[in-house]
Amino acid sequence: MAVNLPLEQESATDSKPIVNDFAFSVATQNGSGSQTSNAVLVRSLFNMGIPVNGKNLFPSNIKGLPTWYTIRASKDGYVARRFTTEIVVAYNQDTVTEDIKNTPPGGVVIYRDDLKTPPERDDITYYPVPVRKLMKEANVARAFKARVENMTYVGVCAQLFDMDMDVVYQSLLDQFGGKEKPAQMNMDVIRLAYDWAAENLIKSDPFRFETMNGTAGKILITGNEAAALGSVFGGVHFVAWYPITPSTSVVDDIHKYRHLRKDDDGNYTLAIVQAEDELAAAGMIIGAGFGGARSMTATSGPGLSLMSEFVGLAYFAEIPCVFWDITRMGPSTGMPTRTSQGDLLFIHYLGHGDSHHIVLLPASPEEAFEFAWRSLDIAEEMQTPVFVMSDLDLGMNNWMADPFEYPSEPLKRGKVLDAESLTKFIKNHGKWGRYMDVDNDGVGYRTLPGTDHPNAAYFARGTGHNEMAVYSERSEDWLANMNRLRLKMETAKQHLPQNIEDYDANKSIGLISFGTNEPAMVEARDWLKNNGIESNYLRVRALPLSKDVFDFINKHKTIYVIENNFDGQLDQIIHMECKDNLTHVKSLTLGDGLPMTARWIVESIEEQETK
Amino acid sequence: MARVEKTNKLGLVKDDYQARPTTLCPGCGHNSISNQIVQSAFDLNIAQHQLLKMSGIGCSSKSPAYFLGRSHGFNALHGRMPSVVTGALMANHTLKAIAVSGDGDTGSIGMGQFKHVIRRNVPFVYIIENNGVYGLTKGQFSATAEEGLELKHYGRNEMPPIDLVLEAIISGATFVARSFSGDKKQVQALLEAAIAHKGTAILDIISPCVTFNNADTSHHSFPYGVKHEVPLHEIQIIAPDFVAPQDEIEVETYEDGQTIEVSMHDGTSVLLKKLDKDYDPRSKAQAYAVLEEAQREELFLTGLIYYEEPRPTLPELEQVADTPLALINDRPSKDKLDDIMKSFK
Repeated sequence: MAVNLPLEQESATDSKPIVNDFAFSVATQNGSGSQTSNAVLVRSLFNMGIPVNGKNLFPSNIKGLPTWYTIRASKDGYVARRFTTEIVVAYNQDTVTEDIKNTPPGGVVIYRDDLKTPPERDDITYYPVPVRKLMKEANVARAFKARVENMTYVGVCAQLFDMDMDVVYQSLLDQFGGKEKPAQMNMDVIRLAYDWAAENLIKSDPFRFETMNGTAGKILITGNEAAALGSVFGGVHFVAWYPITPSTSVVDDIHKYRHLRKDDDGNYTLAIVQAEDELAAAGMIIGAGFGGARSMTATSGPGLSLMSEFVGLAYFAEIPCVFWDITRMGPSTGMPTRTSQGDLLFIHYLGHGDSHHIVLLPASPEEAFEFAWRSLDIAEEMQTPVFVMSDLDLGMNNWMADPFEYPSEPLKRGKVLDAESLTKFIKNHGKWGRYMDVDNDGVGYRTLPGTDHPNAAYFARGTGHNEMAVYSERSEDWLANMNRLRLKMETAKQHLPQNIEDYDANKSIGLISFGTNEPAMVEARDWLKNNGIESNYLRVRALPLSKDVFDFINKHKTIYVIENNFDGQLDQIIHMECKDNLTHVKSLTLGDGLPMTARWIVESIEEQETK
Repeated sequence: MARVEKTNKLGLVKDDYQARPTTLCPGCGHNSISNQIVQSAFDLNIAQHQLLKMSGIGCSSKSPAYFLGRSHGFNALHGRMPSVVTGALMANHTLKAIAVSGDGDTGSIGMGQFKHVIRRNVPFVYIIENNGVYGLTKGQFSATAEEGLELKHYGRNEMPPIDLVLEAIISGATFVARSFSGDKKQVQALLEAAIAHKGTAILDIISPCVTFNNADTSHHSFPYGVKHEVPLHEIQIIAPDFVAPQDEIEVETYEDGQTIEVSMHDGTSVLLKKLDKDYDPRSKAQAYAVLEEAQREELFLTGLIYYEEPRPTLPELEQVADTPLALINDRPSKDKLDDIMKSFK
């Protein structure tokens, strides 16, 4: 399909310079040290003030399999993954043929000159790099040679595309935590390649970088680190977990900041336990929540499958706890290192029987940080499990963000009675029962183990119970409980992050999306507008859906629900929860394992609109 | 003459340690264990709000509803009680916990959590009410049922049993005992010692199912237990009574091996008086040997099978604050966040 692509060149054949608006694809072998060289490229562009993203498209493997890293520089500040990458760095024999084939006309291929390459195309520019020769000259100990040879493409790129070498060195220093020795060793290789390129390559492409002022005041951070920081600043007391890609670095980074949580005696106010499996991790955080601690785990879809029985228990026994789902591609083991929004439906209704859960949907590191501390508040206020659904793309890639804002409210611990307030409660209400709803908001008052009061104890259980927490199989008790839980979910809506809406009554097309589709949505709407299609936009930030979503739907002639899963799960939830006529609601789903692109959104909507 | 009820040091009568009436079968061994828990807590002057009662799923796991009505309790999931106890005690490490499980709950679905909670040395009393059979689902073999056991609907068990005491020792438990619910005195003595133990204390108590597995020949039946129980020693507990907690544990042998005294961290002394066998529970080699012999000779040996000075507990390893985590509100300062943000620029 022919699409007008003002914001994403299909070709760059004219000779006009293209500045700060193109993308790289770097193909290497997993485990070859390319993570460092790519991070240096990204950080260098960021430090030159150029809005940038870097996305690691990597295999589930420690060493040897092909891996790609895409880098996009965008003077206009678009940070979604780019469909087209004009610059291809081909350093992997296994993929070089495909990598060159995928290079768009007018593009550039920078490749190791010892790779066997297909016959040359005449519509792209080639720059062979004599990696072996350069590494022979490099003053690097033999043991390190293999690990630093990827720095040769950093040097060549720096020379070809006008990167500031002082900034490159500073970025190396940042990358090595200020350690000069490794930074210098890598810089020597970069410099060698830079000088070689200056003498031997004839620049014959239009791409170049220029220092600008597009990243001032910004930070570069992964969503997982943001989640970790938000949890530490959210006063989390207890973390139990089992390692699983792509969530592992959430807990690694909580470890990193645990030192912030020491008391005057030097003891920790935050404990972390690596469990034997996800079942135990869930059990531990539920035990801790019952005990009165702010508790959380971080996992991914397969882990949540194992945790689902426990989640049902926490929902029904009304235990506060937080579950981070850094989603990856399922079903089953699926594509463990590919991104997805495929757990939405699953976690919203997780567990057997009638249950539905609060799900927060961050779209950026800022929101990952904010939702991390808020989720702990919401869990304790609503006395229920709270899910935060991030994904691999947000979790493991570096995103540009504004520095995080310190939590605007003090810690909220919810309705907890100590011995004194329990006495008052009994005086006012005649008795206390764990599940009595005296405030008519569906949320009872709980006591914590250790409360020194003869009436403080109750028996938490997943079995049927009455408002006094006593075992009951009476239908009336059961239904009273279910009605109260429903009311509680309604109450919860007032405590959740509000959806973000961009609405203008003159527009008849409304777009609905969530999570990490955000940058692609922003870009796609500009692009569509350029093509004559104006749209309103609502980004869902939490489940259960609030009424504004249905109002938004009813105010438009056409609604597109755009998501990065295969089944159209948000669309399904809308259809389940909204009782209105929804024939004008259309589901657009990708779900191919890669972060959403503006181009796909534009093409999909134009296809629908021109039908 | 009006009967004056005995009160303990907290001014409570034994009834104050009771809870809801049992719904288990009349004569069930588990009821007898519940009674011993009530008796021990009363005798030890335990403040119930400082104790948690936890369980998994099954007949045995229902029983915490039937004792210590003033203690917080949590009836968790099948086989997953250990993880819930772990979390609860991390939230408040100043509490004690008594947890009840069964042979299905621990020996089958919960074997992983059983071993891992021991490995972490979470400090609590872990009781397995072991009857060799699934009760609530009406009479299937459990993994502790002896080879050759015949049950009404499920025929003959052809598989060897899992010995949970052996599994506990292999996993690194520092207090492991086996008892018989019909031997009230021993159950109570072991319970009191277990409560004083600073680590995971495993009590595998053969507790007959009078409905599904109580034939004279069944190794988990009441008549079999009464006839075949062989205590390794006579156990006497000397309560600490205002003795300050000791820093170091002392284990000594007196009277030419006739009595072994084990002093617990809280000042409790456990006196083990030698019976027929010359048995020292402080020797892992002897424990393995005696369990192997018991298996081979089909002996029903009871007593403190294995004891060692406990390793640091999980809350100690994690260096958690003295104040229970649950009661702490700790958010690092804005300056700290701003500093971190600067490092990302």
